[in-house]
Formats: sequence, C-alpha cells, structure tokens
Amino acid sequence: MSELRGIYTLWLREVKKFLREKPRLINAFCQPLLWLFIFGTGMRFSSAIPGINYQEFIFPGLVIQAMLFTSMFLGVSVIWDREFGFLKEILVSPISRTCIFLGKMLGVSTDVMIQGIIIFPFAFLIGIRTDLYIFLKALPIMLLVTFGLVCIGLTFASLMKSFEGFGLIQTFINLPMFFLSGALFPLANVPAWLQWASYLNPLTYGVDALRTVMMGDTWVQLFPMSLDILVLLGFDILMFIIGKTAFSRTD
Amino acid sequence: MIKKPPKMCKKQNIIETINLTKKFGTNIAVDSLSLSIQQGEVFGLLGPNGAGKTTFLSMLCTIMKPTSGTALINGYDIIREHPFVRRSIGIVFQDPSVDSDMTARENLQMHADLYDVPVSEQKNRIKAVLQLVGLLDKADDFLYTYSGGMRRRLEIARGLLHYPKVLFLDEPTIGLDPRSREHIWEYIRKLRERENMTIILTTHYMEEADSLCDRIAIIDNGKIVVMDKPSLLKEGIGGDTITIGCNEPERLHQLLIREKLSERILISDMEVKAGVKNGNLVLPRVLESAFNAGIHINSVTISRPDMNDVFIHHTGKTLQVDEVREKSGRLAMMKRRRAR
Repeated sequence: MSELRGIYTLWLREVKKFLREKPRLINAFCQPLLWLFIFGTGMRFSSAIPGINYQEFIFPGLVIQAMLFTSMFLGVSVIWDREFGFLKEILVSPISRTCIFLGKMLGVSTDVMIQGIIIFPFAFLIGIRTDLYIFLKALPIMLLVTFGLVCIGLTFASLMKSFEGFGLIQTFINLPMFFLSGALFPLANVPAWLQWASYLNPLTYGVDALRTVMMGDTWVQLFPMSLDILVLLGFDILMFIIGKTAFSRTD
Repeated sequence: MIKKPPKMCKKQNIIETINLTKKFGTNIAVDSLSLSIQQGEVFGLLGPNGAGKTTFLSMLCTIMKPTSGTALINGYDIIREHPFVRRSIGIVFQDPSVDSDMTARENLQMHADLYDVPVSEQKNRIKAVLQLVGLLDKADDFLYTYSGGMRRRLEIARGLLHYPKVLFLDEPTIGLDPRSREHIWEYIRKLRERENMTIILTTHYMEEADSLCDRIAIIDNGKIVVMDKPSLLKEGIGGDTITIGCNEPERLHQLLIREKLSERILISDMEVKAGVKNGNLVLPRVLESAFNAGIHINSVTISRPDMNDVFIHHTGKTLQVDEVREKSGRLAMMKRRRAR
C-alpha cells in the first residue's frame, strides 16, 4: 500500500508541475499549429503526394513528434531534481527505487499524453475526418509510444550529470528519431538505406499504427497492425528495464 | 508494509555504532567509529572540514554504505534493515532539498505520502509541524517566495513529519543570518523538551554546539578525539585564556615561550591568545615581561575557556567558519531561486 501511495504522490507532482507551467502549455499548443498550417500547407501545394492530403498525412506524425520532444525534455527533468537537491529527499525515503522510477515515469507519461491530446482538436480545423471512436482507438497506441520514449528520457537523465548534454540529445536522439519515423514523408519511395534505418526506429511503427487508425483506407499500411503493436510493446519493455536499471544506480 | 517491532537495544541506546568505517580508495573518511547515543539526547558532532562528519551521518542515514562495521538505529541495522531505519529517522540535509515550484503544504503532503503517514492523521500532522516552525500562515505559498531561513525551517518541519525517533541535522544553520539561526535553535530546544526526540547535529559554530548539545564529540581525521558534556569538556582543558592586543604579536609570542609563561599560544594580526593555568596569577608576569622587552600593549582580556578553546586544544586547529562553504550554500539557494 505504502509503495502505491508513494507512486501516486510522485505522479501527482509531475502532473501538477506540468499543468502549472503556463508558457510550456502555450508552446505545446502553438508549435503543432505552425507545423500543420505553415509547413503542412507549403508541402501540400508544392510537393503533393498523389492521392493523399499532406496535412492529413503529417497529422499523426506531428502528434508523435510532439510526444517525442516532450518525453525527452521532461524525462531529463530528473537532472533538475538532482541539481536542486530535491532528488535526495525522494531517494532517502523508504520507497524502493523501482517505485520511484515508476512514479516518475507514469507522471511524465501523463504529461506527454496531455501534450499529444492537445493537438487533436486541430484535426477539425484542417478538415480531417475524425470522431470519438477514432480518438479512442488512437489513445492506446499513443500510450505505447509514450512509455518507451519517457523511459529513454529518464535513462539519459540518470546517466547525465548536468543539463549541458541536452543539446546532444536534441541532435542525436530527437531529430534522428523524428526524421526516420516516416512522420514527414512516406517511406515507400525512399532509398533502401533510409528505409532500413527507419525500420529500425520503433517510432516508425507508432506512426504507422496511428495513421492506420486515423486515415483509414487512404493509408497503405507499412506493416500489419499486430506487428506495430508487438514492436511497440517490445520497445516499452526493453526501455523500461534499461531505464530502471540506470536509475537504480544513481546516487 | 507491515512494521515489525524493533529489537530491544541495550538500555536505551537509540543509536549504536560498531566499528563503523568508510574508505574512499586509500583515504579513510571514518575510522572504526564506535559510540552510543541515548534516547532524548541532543548530540553534537564537531570537526573541521573533511573530518568525516557528513560521511558518518550519511552512513547512519543509509545514504552511504559503510566499508565495514555497522550501526543500529532504533534497533534496526543500517545495512540489512534500511527501510525501517529510514522510517525511524528524519533528515535535514546541508544543502536545500525542497521543491520550490510547490507550496509548503504540497511539499509536506508528498513527504507524508512517501513516508507512509496514515492518511487520517496527515492533515493534522502537517498543521502541527508547520505551527512548530511558525510557518502555518505561509503554508500555501510557493517556496520560491520563501527566504533561506524559512526554507530551512520548513525542512526541519518536514524532517519531523513522520514521527521520527531520531532527527539528523547536517549544518542546520549554515548560511543563515543570526536571527534565523536563533529561531532554529529555539525549535531544536522545543523538540527536545516536548517530544523527547533524539537529535544529532553537525555544526561549524562552537556557540551553537555549546548551547544546544547535551554531549559533543569532536571528530578529526575520521576518529573521535574527545567526547563529553560541553561543561566537562571546557573544564577538562583547564585554565584560562589571556588575550593580549599588541603591535608586535610575533615578538610577544616568542617572549612568552622563552619565559615559559604559556605553551598554547595562538597569534593573529594584532592579538596573542595564550592558554594558561590561572590567568589571575600569570597576567601580571606577562605584562611585566612585555614592559621590560619594550612591547607596547593595547588591551588585555582574561576569559574562561569556551568551546573554541576546547576545539583548538584537541585538534590544534581553529575551527573558522568556512567561508567558501557558506558562500556555496548561498549560491545553491540563489540558483534554485533563479531556476523556477
């Protein structure tokens, strides 16, 4: 029981902090708008993909992108906790390291889901077909993507000693994972090396699954849905184990 | 988790360390330290920087694993039963460790959840500890609006929240102004009287140790140099201190040694401090010698020994408040204020 209460209180802290940070929420709301309306409109009219509305095409990709960037940024917040001493207060409590990690992960995951969900209303603005049913089918896929990503962020936070390394994460994790996920362009016609690099990226399967749910028949699936889910599940489990191990070693 | 009843310690020793040792490579930070502390005692650890105080404390708080030896706190072994030890102790760290983006009440609420304070008692307990440190009217303010002293008080309140048997205070007043320091002393005294709590504190401030502690251990190079009641420690070194203000402290120093008037002499810019058996008898001879040697004397004081003298006597060092550390403490506070 006490461990559950510990997890709950750590979860609550993350969510409270996220919702209180107004500038971040405004940013979370506005950045996808730029991608969707400026980048999306530009691409739609200049390099059209036959049979596909480009804005409809990148919409699931942007949801994933927003979740990716938020996961990394918030995951690394553990470094702030350490820098300002608060991590110590949690680490000396009777709660086990695994539960601390779980509480932090669930809290950040909730924030990331909020970030992803915020973008959904824009679907109506650009006239994408969407309804409650589609939204509800999208949620579990988003959740699977989120858990793995948050664990990556927490892993780096456990290994990094200061915030200076965040630029490296930006360059070597965020952008490659984003560009290689098929979020911005279809992977059907690209050179083989780019295709294979993308297939190694778990996010590719998340984007594929999300498009399958949201675009219906207009989207030609890369992989069957069951494979997408399986890869994401494997990604979550692997990253959870790595993250938990890395975090347990911090002191 | 089911709390199992603590094993009975010998008599009423709430803390017992047995050859507790910590090595970092070849450097021995804590050297086979054995001591017992009784329930309800306020116990002070004094020592210069790097003496091993914080390492010793970290091991008792189960933050650090000992290299060898062990300790019992409230009957629980710090190595094998650390979750129980953690429930039995409250810790106030040297560096700030509150979340400044949250209110005082939220910080305490979280602590109560982490330490498994029963839900039905949480509200009242939080109110009680806030009242003790005089922060009840600021309970719902965000901590970035708090001053350094207020944060410290909140950290003490937090350390008390889960009814610990022992409270550890690592440099509780470092970086605080005299008034805030006075406040913190007051709470420590209150705690001892009201809750019969055992308090272990480390400090740099001699007068703090002297006025608060029932017993003091002076630690140097990882070992206990001396351990006793403050009054006995002061009596133990015997004699008085004569402080002489003059223009040529170096010459006076040599003169006092040559004339065998004192053996423990400390000189500073314009002063000579000499430890002597009986100040009233020695002082006239000191003045006479100085006069004969042509050393001009500006002022003279005789004082009974204080903790500073005890410290110098046993470690051969002055325990000046470390300015660098104080500054870094303040820096950390500024940093966190900026980081909100």
